[in-house]
Amino acid sequence: MNLKDITLGQFFPGNSFLHRLDPRMKLLGLTAYLVALFLAGWFVTYAIMLALLVWGCAVAHIRPKTLLGGLKPVVFLLIFTGILNMFYTPGTPLVSFWIFTITYEGILHAFFMVVRIMMLICATFLLTYTTSPLALTDALESLLSPLKKIRVPVHELAMIMSIALRFIPTLIEETDKIMCAQRARGADFDSGGLIRKAKALIPLLVPLFISALRRAEELATAMECRCYHGGQGRTRMRELRLRPSDWIFLVCMVALAVAIGLLAGRGL
Amino acid sequence: MANSILQARDLTFRYTTAEGVAPTVLDHVNLDIEAGSFVAILGHNGSGKSTFAKHLNAIVLPSGGKVYVDGMDTVDENLLLDIRRTVGMVFQNPDNQIVASVVEEDVAFAPENLGVPSAEIRRRVDEALEAVGMTEYARHAPHLLSGGQKQRVAIAGVLAMRPRCIVLDEPTAMLDPVGRREVLDTICQLNQQLGMTVVLITHHMDEAARADRLVVMDNGHVVMDGPPVQVFQHVEELRRLGLEVPDSVALLYELRRAGLDVPLDVLTPEDCARVVAQILPQ
Amino acid sequence: MTPIIETKQLTHIYSQGTPFEHAALQGIDLSVAPGEYLAIIGRTGSGKSTLIQHLNGLLRPTSGQVLFDGEDIWSSKERTRQVRFQVGLVFQYPEYQLFEETVYQDIAFGPTNMGLDREEVDRRVRQAARFVGLSDGTLEKSPFDLSGGQKRRVAIAGVIAMEPKVLILDEPTAGLDPAGAAQTLGNIRAYHREKKAAIILVSHSMNEVAREAQRLLVFRKGTIPYSGTPQEVFSHGAELEQMGLGVPEMTQVFARLRAMGYDVPASVYTVEQARDAILLARKGAKA
Repeated sequence: MNLKDITLGQFFPGNSFLHRLDPRMKLLGLTAYLVALFLAGWFVTYAIMLALLVWGCAVAHIRPKTLLGGLKPVVFLLIFTGILNMFYTPGTPLVSFWIFTITYEGILHAFFMVVRIMMLICATFLLTYTTSPLALTDALESLLSPLKKIRVPVHELAMIMSIALRFIPTLIEETDKIMCAQRARGADFDSGGLIRKAKALIPLLVPLFISALRRAEELATAMECRCYHGGQGRTRMRELRLRPSDWIFLVCMVALAVAIGLLAGRGL
Repeated sequence: MANSILQARDLTFRYTTAEGVAPTVLDHVNLDIEAGSFVAILGHNGSGKSTFAKHLNAIVLPSGGKVYVDGMDTVDENLLLDIRRTVGMVFQNPDNQIVASVVEEDVAFAPENLGVPSAEIRRRVDEALEAVGMTEYARHAPHLLSGGQKQRVAIAGVLAMRPRCIVLDEPTAMLDPVGRREVLDTICQLNQQLGMTVVLITHHMDEAARADRLVVMDNGHVVMDGPPVQVFQHVEELRRLGLEVPDSVALLYELRRAGLDVPLDVLTPEDCARVVAQILPQ
Repeated sequence: MTPIIETKQLTHIYSQGTPFEHAALQGIDLSVAPGEYLAIIGRTGSGKSTLIQHLNGLLRPTSGQVLFDGEDIWSSKERTRQVRFQVGLVFQYPEYQLFEETVYQDIAFGPTNMGLDREEVDRRVRQAARFVGLSDGTLEKSPFDLSGGQKRRVAIAGVIAMEPKVLILDEPTAGLDPAGAAQTLGNIRAYHREKKAAIILVSHSMNEVAREAQRLLVFRKGTIPYSGTPQEVFSHGAELEQMGLGVPEMTQVFARLRAMGYDVPASVYTVEQARDAILLARKGAKA
């Protein structure tokens, strides 16, 4: 596996409708979408949800292939969920062997479950692809700011998150580099049993950990040099300001969740 | 000097270690840096040059003596933000000083911390990116830029504070020649066009040659101080300090040792060729 | 004589079949003689790093072949593994890959992976430490207590201890001060001389490659437009400048002199050569 292929948490800058939406509304909109996804029950509702996802991709100029590529790390989970649902759903038996029975309902259930998880992940990716991590953390900070009253360090948490996101690509690159360097000294990360494999990771994890600490220290100094002193008195270049289109978007998403709920109630 | 923006007075620094043994890193350093000048500080690793730099904006505080930034004592905690806003600092590894995942948002980081109003931040960010020639990359992700570009973003991030002085601690050590040239040209421009005071910590002689003044440190002391042309003439002494002179100076030095009467006051290959031409038969 | 390393029409394409598809190497034919000192120069992203990772089997060619001692390094899994030990690769900033509790253990990592017995590992660790000038006292220290320059030497020793027949170093002097750089280059020369190993030095510094290497390869966009002795390569001064690579300072000085109409050789690239050439020109004029 090439670590660089992992697209988790990446942002593709752009200027589409989805890119320009207020990140808070995007977060709330995503929540509405996910609720709708869990309410969806049959082909019609799923088809609407899928159509919406495809529309989002098209608007944001994100290739569906890129989105699906992000599913690679969870393929195992998907297969597992699928199989589990296939065997453990009671109903009309279709095939039966030894102690296993596959039911007609099981296949459908498994299919919907897998599609649901895929769409859930893809929709979340659509958010992270079209929203800069900084905007996303701003949104979280803003949405969670009422919690400041009960002394939750909202600003600090948001800062930690945005820095973590910023360093993901850097650390992935570094992992690749250290792996190569240890391989060149005969390290073998791929063969052997579980214990041997775990042991083989030491030459990778120790340098990675030390390097992360060094980076953290240097970054902290650099931030201090740029007058960082916590959230107090901080202003933002991009003040979050809601426009009518943001409200319309949110209303539409909530309406969607309600509509899907109603349709699903009718067995569609 | 009436016009000095940075002043070190008997600056002494010792690390306190667990065993209590405290090696002296800086030993009674006295140095004045004039506003608007371009000063290069040279020295081998462990000479104390980086520790000195970190004193200039109160990242490290003196164990003895004083450092004044535009007249402000760096130990005064009430002045901390004013000091850091006056003296911006750029470090060696560009990856470890970029905070945000989009170039312009990173450049905005410092003015945001300073509580500058949004419209003014926007203006400063645009200006800073323009000054380092990175305007077209404003919306890019920093981790996809080249080393030289990342370092210019880091410089822009400091410029957005509108500092009067910028201290760069080996900013080109991790860059390839093209990246080095980009960064160095940017630094020179800041000094010449915006009149910014520049303190460049380096061990590249060709970079030091572009400064107006060269300070050589060894073992926590300032051992040489003067215009590059003058400092480079002390070839033997520099070599003893673990430093190398530019090849052009080295050539003239060799010719001198071979008994030819040539001056050593050259900085560039052009100067060197001109000097050599005078001793060559047509 | 069989070349120790040879590549035949070596091509490598990253992210093949995606919009990010990008050919890092395009049909590279390269042959390195045993005991040769070769340097590779080129800008970041010109394909140098991709090439060196092919030479010890860390990357697999998209097409073409890499031969070690006349045999394809991908002929079997075991062969690839053995070649990794024969072709030592020191990455950029190798000090960041140290991980063991003591310097000794870290240097021993490679030889131990080779399956050597304890005595042989011990001999190799001590010899490698001597090559890079680390004292016996240092061997028992934690690598994380050392200075940056010392860590770099420990990392190089870790590769030297495998006693590779080819030693490849990716910018071994990056970030070191002049004294540290001179020492590292001296260590490499010593290994080259005593073990008769081939050296491949990747560097950004024209002065450095001009002084150290017998042969230079210039990389540009996955191809090798120029290769040959330093004299031959630096005779393309203008083209190198255009590629953003530059030429050694002495070559620049002599190019200026020639442009001014003086009859001096074009192939000067070190201070010593420059001095001798000038003294010779004066002598010739007197005679």
